[in-house]
Amino acid sequence: MKRLSTTLAAALVAMAAAGTAPAQQKPIRIGEINSYKAQPAFLDPYKKGMDLALEEVNAAGGIGGRKIELVIRDDGGNPGDAVRVAEELVSRERVDLLAGGFLSHIGLALTDFAKQKKTFFLATEPLTDKIVWQNGNKYTFRLRASTYMQAAMLVPEAAKMKKKRWAVVYPNYEYGQSAVATFKEQLKKAQPDVEFVGEQAPPLGRIDAGAVVQALADAKPDAIFNVLFGADLARFVREGNTRGLFKGREVVSLLTGEPEYIDPLKDETPEGWLVTGYPWYGIDTPEHKAFFIAYHRKYNDYPRLGSVVGYATVKALAAGLKRANSTDTEKLIAAFRGLNFESPFGKVVFRAQDHQSTMGAYVGRTTVRGGKGEMKDYKYYDGAKFLPSDAEVKKMRPAD
Amino acid sequence: MSPDAIAVQFLNGLAGASTLFLIAVGLSLIFGVTRIVNFAHGSFYMLGIYVAYSLVARFGGTVLGFWASLLVAALAVAVIGVVVELLLLRRIYHAPELFQLLATFAVVLIVRDATLALWGPEDLLGPRAPGLKGSVEILGRQFPQYDLALIFVGPAVLGLLWLVLTRTRFGILIRAATQDREMVGALGVNQAWLFTAVFALGAFLAAFGGALQAPREPANLGLDLVAIGEAFVVVVVGGMGSIPGAFLAAFIIAEIKAMCFAIGQTTIAGVSFSFSKLTLVVEFLVMAAVLIWRPWGLLGRPAAATRNPAEIEAPISPADARTRRFGFAVLALLIVLPAFAQAFPYTLVLSIDILIAVLFAASLHFIMGPGGMHSFGHAAYFGLGAYGAGLLVKQAGWSMETALVGAPLIAAAGALVFGWFCVRLSGVYLAMLTLAFAQIVWSVAFQWDDFTGGSNGIVGVWPAPWLSEKWAYYYLTLACAVAGVLLLWRVLLAPFGYAMRAGRDSPLRADAIGIDVFRVQWKAFMLAGLVCGVAGGLFAFSKGSISPEAIGVGRSIDGLIMVLLGGVQTLAGPVVGAGLFTWLSDLIAREFAYWRAALGLTILVLVLAFPLGVAGSVKRLFAREAA
Repeated sequence: MKRLSTTLAAALVAMAAAGTAPAQQKPIRIGEINSYKAQPAFLDPYKKGMDLALEEVNAAGGIGGRKIELVIRDDGGNPGDAVRVAEELVSRERVDLLAGGFLSHIGLALTDFAKQKKTFFLATEPLTDKIVWQNGNKYTFRLRASTYMQAAMLVPEAAKMKKKRWAVVYPNYEYGQSAVATFKEQLKKAQPDVEFVGEQAPPLGRIDAGAVVQALADAKPDAIFNVLFGADLARFVREGNTRGLFKGREVVSLLTGEPEYIDPLKDETPEGWLVTGYPWYGIDTPEHKAFFIAYHRKYNDYPRLGSVVGYATVKALAAGLKRANSTDTEKLIAAFRGLNFESPFGKVVFRAQDHQSTMGAYVGRTTVRGGKGEMKDYKYYDGAKFLPSDAEVKKMRPAD
Repeated sequence: MSPDAIAVQFLNGLAGASTLFLIAVGLSLIFGVTRIVNFAHGSFYMLGIYVAYSLVARFGGTVLGFWASLLVAALAVAVIGVVVELLLLRRIYHAPELFQLLATFAVVLIVRDATLALWGPEDLLGPRAPGLKGSVEILGRQFPQYDLALIFVGPAVLGLLWLVLTRTRFGILIRAATQDREMVGALGVNQAWLFTAVFALGAFLAAFGGALQAPREPANLGLDLVAIGEAFVVVVVGGMGSIPGAFLAAFIIAEIKAMCFAIGQTTIAGVSFSFSKLTLVVEFLVMAAVLIWRPWGLLGRPAAATRNPAEIEAPISPADARTRRFGFAVLALLIVLPAFAQAFPYTLVLSIDILIAVLFAASLHFIMGPGGMHSFGHAAYFGLGAYGAGLLVKQAGWSMETALVGAPLIAAAGALVFGWFCVRLSGVYLAMLTLAFAQIVWSVAFQWDDFTGGSNGIVGVWPAPWLSEKWAYYYLTLACAVAGVLLLWRVLLAPFGYAMRAGRDSPLRADAIGIDVFRVQWKAFMLAGLVCGVAGGLFAFSKGSISPEAIGVGRSIDGLIMVLLGGVQTLAGPVVGAGLFTWLSDLIAREFAYWRAALGLTILVLVLAFPLGVAGSVKRLFAREAA
């Protein structure tokens, strides 16, 4: 059997060599894996963003004369299928590198797949810190500002509120748990007298909003830290408004300013929550303006945060491929370490020490304008400033 | 916690109970009369809220317009229910038991994608109900007026249904059919129309339950599965077919949940415990407890003997020479497959998945077909095997090879414990108890962060170096799958297998000739768990990771689909079904953007073309030819 496999391997090498001969004309193939039909609210705009960037990169001549091609696969929202389509992309479609991921556990499964198969992987959307720290590896990079970074961005403002009694509410899985853990830890550091008086962790997508809101109110907190999003958030906000939970209380809330989650709230949007998000209606940096106009022209719609992430994904890959001037995995890794690229949020760097990008987020307050939820008084927080020290990273991240 | 707080939480629980009752009661009616396990019930609920959202947006400004919109939405969905019944279910009432489940599963897939296409991906939060927008003060707390109204809707619907069932001819027919539908047919009642009417009523109630939620929560695409899960639990806890039972169960479950949130984080004997996290699984804990204590639910009665309209099943026989030759040819093809890996590199990857599915489906078929124990929670043993393998490697430091041997033993141990409780029940109650255990296993894996990795699962579980080449792992999987399937077949054709079937077809007579039915079924359950554990272990190492998603309800349902698609009455059924379903899912997911709908339509075509399952129908064809 061993002989058979070596013969096969030799044949494979021969085929691959034959295949690379006319390489100049062959497009660079990027395998993209995501839960398109399980998480359409984010990933529909995400795909549009990718398509737009792809068009731009290829119109500008591609990378070293080669066009970029996306091979997109749906992972059905589960890690087992994600690993299978990853293998399909690598073995049958012969993609040069992998990108994608939305849910944390799928992102982690792909991160480990990349390590095992020595394949370059850009985790685009999954937020879990483990992708770059505890489970980090040299083959995996991550684009989006992680759970830790986004929670850390809110802490300085939360500490300024000088509220003593805090309650937390979050969806009961990795993302909610680690966001709350980071927030608690950092707030305690910034404000030692803080006290956490209530904690509610309803199952994702199945919140009993009335009971949760009531229980939070009965804990009599001065402020609330919320990590709910999507349908859970809408239920929570409506019940909270009706039952007066937010009256006289500060609320700090993760992701709520993203169009994906604030738009469905419409005039129900609570006033004055401190949130991270994406105020597309008011960012007047030249990078964002160019992106916005191009997006609007192509789709006659405004971009969501998913669009920004999708667009930045392709731009980051294009920049990395250009710098590597090759699709070789080792060269790609070397090129991505410390890679600079232009995103709609401005210049972003992939850190060499943990492969996390410094893409940031906007922090501001929520408000209602013209019957719609928006952010006001927002500011861009550069992700680079909200990451742990190199020594701490070194402690958490296994060596390559 | 003050008594006032508890009182208000009790009211929250009442509002939740009304909602749950409305979701569940239609399912109970449909099952009682038609004996169909209607997976599409959650889809009707979801459609109800979407249609209501659209109507309320246009006509919901006034009190009259709002409530009329809700009713019209429910009626519109009832019409869809009628169409499903007439065009689809009516054609397959004579198929073997549970086969209709396949068709309703296909409907779930199609409705999900149709909803996405029609209403778009964004969550849609409807406006508040006119006249009930604000809140009233109860014990110093603001309580929503709408929730207060909801508290009365549940009992009102219960009362109306009671009137219909006891005071009208239609209601008498429903009750009669629930008890003995053949007798009702023999007395000259047009069963076909009775079934259609009941199905429409059930769909109407589900959609009305959904429509009522429009002012409380956004219409979103996850609602169908949430609703169907809750509905099954409520119906089974209350007793299938019992409407007061459904109400009682809804009340109990909603109140327990409300109290879990009310207690929240608390310290018991020095250990901090989060009751709000317990809501992940609390309804399944209640269900398991109730079924162990009362095997037919709180107010249910032992199900009347179902005289299934399908033909009586022929005994399983060893394969004839022709089938054997075909089997050997397939096996030979599988053995030489790696030689083609160069030209078709993905074939091995997909084949490994298919072989694992074959092992999973065959072990399910073993207890479900010849054993007559319909397990809706077979993922539990798959999960115990997969997590067992992962944990033995990661936590206990075992080698991959020994972990692969240990994994099935863990699964079998799980089956030993769960089986002891499950095999005492029968029919849908047994099915739901297996589901409850599966959910408990799932929630432990999901929640026990330090040990099982929580929602992220365990990563970095790769095969040993000598097995890491695809072809090597393929041969390992092939060997395990062939050995597992042959073992199960051998047992089925041995006296033990005949004893299993005797216990299924007539427990009384089996008992009379000295077969200890309980022991036979228990052993069968354990053997199925063992083989399923092998599949789980192989899965973990083939993917390099294991997470709660891989062992959730979805996997149990996939198993059912495979077995039914292939044909529950043949030995080859699960093998064919597993291969076909895995291959189709992979192919369709790649080729179609709306792959759910495409897969659903494909299943519908197969259901209508092969009412005995693919292998079953092919076998029938050959048998006719021979005759």
